[in-house]
Amino acid sequence: MDIKSLEDRFEAKIAAGESIEPKDWMPEKYRKTHIRQISQHAHSEIVGMLPEGNWITRAPSLRRKVALLAKVQDEAGHGLYLYSAAETLGITRDEMTEQLLSGKAKYSSIFNYPTLTWADIGAIGWLVDGAAIINQVMLTRTSFGPYARAMVRICKEESFHQRQGYEIMLTLCNGTPEQKAMAQDALNRWWWPSLMMFGPRDAESPHTEQSMKWKIKRKTNDDLRQQFVDITKPQADILGISIPDENLKWNEASGHYDFGAIDWDEFWQVVNGNGQCNKDRISAKQKAWDEGAWVRAAAVAHAEKKANKKQKLSA
Amino acid sequence: MDQSRYEYLLLLGDNSMILGHRLSELCGHGPSLETDIALTNISLDLFGQVRSYFQYAAELKGDAATEDSIAFTRFDRDYRNAILVEQPNEDFAHVIVRQFLFDSFHLPLLEQLVNSRDETIAAIAAKSIKESRYHLRFSSEWVKRLGDGTEESHQRTQAALDHLYPYLHEVYNESPIEKEMKKAGIGADLATVEAISRNTIEDVLTESTLMLPKIEPRMVRGKQGIHSEHMGFILSDLQYMQRAYPNMQW
Amino acid sequence: MNKKEWPLWEVFVRSKNGLEHRHFGSLHAADADMAIENARDVYTRRSEGVSIWVVQSSDITASNPEESGELFEPAKDKVYRHPTFYELPDELKHM
Repeated sequence: MDIKSLEDRFEAKIAAGESIEPKDWMPEKYRKTHIRQISQHAHSEIVGMLPEGNWITRAPSLRRKVALLAKVQDEAGHGLYLYSAAETLGITRDEMTEQLLSGKAKYSSIFNYPTLTWADIGAIGWLVDGAAIINQVMLTRTSFGPYARAMVRICKEESFHQRQGYEIMLTLCNGTPEQKAMAQDALNRWWWPSLMMFGPRDAESPHTEQSMKWKIKRKTNDDLRQQFVDITKPQADILGISIPDENLKWNEASGHYDFGAIDWDEFWQVVNGNGQCNKDRISAKQKAWDEGAWVRAAAVAHAEKKANKKQKLSA
Repeated sequence: MDQSRYEYLLLLGDNSMILGHRLSELCGHGPSLETDIALTNISLDLFGQVRSYFQYAAELKGDAATEDSIAFTRFDRDYRNAILVEQPNEDFAHVIVRQFLFDSFHLPLLEQLVNSRDETIAAIAAKSIKESRYHLRFSSEWVKRLGDGTEESHQRTQAALDHLYPYLHEVYNESPIEKEMKKAGIGADLATVEAISRNTIEDVLTESTLMLPKIEPRMVRGKQGIHSEHMGFILSDLQYMQRAYPNMQW
Repeated sequence: MNKKEWPLWEVFVRSKNGLEHRHFGSLHAADADMAIENARDVYTRRSEGVSIWVVQSSDITASNPEESGELFEPAKDKVYRHPTFYELPDELKHM
């Protein structure tokens, strides 16, 4: 079959809502787009462990500590599921890791902001996981089978993450004035970066059109961002803290909240490596990778020795 | 209050807590995602045990004590853990050897505690024993992999063993509280625990091509509250929130 | 230094006795023993399983999607393999 008819058949499958599986024929660009997007998603999980991991040893109670540990551990699991999904497309995890470390691959820029107080752990769970869930629920219906299946598992497991964060915020907001101020300060710092998580405006998003056509994405960045604002504003009201945006107002006509302009210059600065923690995050991953090299090699060497012994015994 | 029983619970809980703390420092920094997840599971098991011990200890103590006031608001002298579990995550070999030495002791300890005359302690031990059995399996497998892996891994693991093994002796050494609890039928008989632990270590080291260090036991008294210099830093992390913002709910 | 990556394994988990093992996902491990342990830690954290199988991904032979026509289409018109093919009176129960 020639390329043209393969492509037609592929497009027809997508249009009919069928899943694409790893061994199916797919356009090279579809494969590459997926490797880029899934590995970027995986890297975000892995790098995302660092800002939260920063507070594990300082969690204020045993209950909070085990919840946070389990949450950060889940993120390792989710990175693992996603790397596995990408591996079905013919790239190895080591290759993806190297792309992350060299800066060739990106990850969600929100994780380049520092976690300064315990309230940041609440704000991340509430806002960052909240934003991630909106994106991820959409992705459970994405066209590439392994990606969609990974997302189903991830969404199921992540259902406690946002509740964990919101509960922290609620406790702070019902606590002492000092605690409430801590919560407000965290909201002030995490609100705008959370809105940026949905990516550039549709008009400036280079991949959106193709991604929509291939049903990789099923909603645009701006639609998802609006959905997030609409859901989150009432949650802030319950907490009794205010979103740092004086233009945030209910719009009766549109049935949505209007909100102020995002500082896209900041967004691009952080994406391009100039955020406060970009360098720290990558150095931490580089260090773990380098220091783990001898461990990974030892396990391989031991497995080979074991296999040889077994072979000799059966010979 | 039953002071001795309370102190015995601290002794059991503090070992799990400080080791769990050390493992939790590694979350996100392990040599592979899979090992990261595995070590965090062990840490979570240990903190689960801590909560059980301290909830019971808080009950005994009364006076509005909670698992958290016990975990986070004591001074360093009042922590009863062995110095072995305070040792830092120097490299993955240290992490694994520290874990293995502790597990070799912890499992037979729990095997005795399931028969404790104190029903709460017996119940906690019964739950923890399955966790500990898996920990020992995990750490033994890794000691073998690292010991009989590459030349570098062998050297690093032997070095970790040389550093950590001399601290092990302390856990076998009966403190006055442990003696009292043994006599009361509540605590474990450490001589029996030691014999089993030493056997496990010998078996695993042989298979790992590692040598048992011929080094005299270090004179340490963590169980009496004289800790290593690391402990102050562990506590300044662990207690930070409770100390900086006392008497608040989190 | 040995730069070989740990091979990829496919993990199958029986969620409770009486059910079949189902494909859960994949992971990396240096050998089968480690794969079982990793699978336990990665895929049964929320008590999802009572039994685990692992198989190295490279040992799986898969059918070729290009051949799915000849492999699977011929079964489609064999409707007599399905109970609904047979027309029976409505009064007839339990059959």
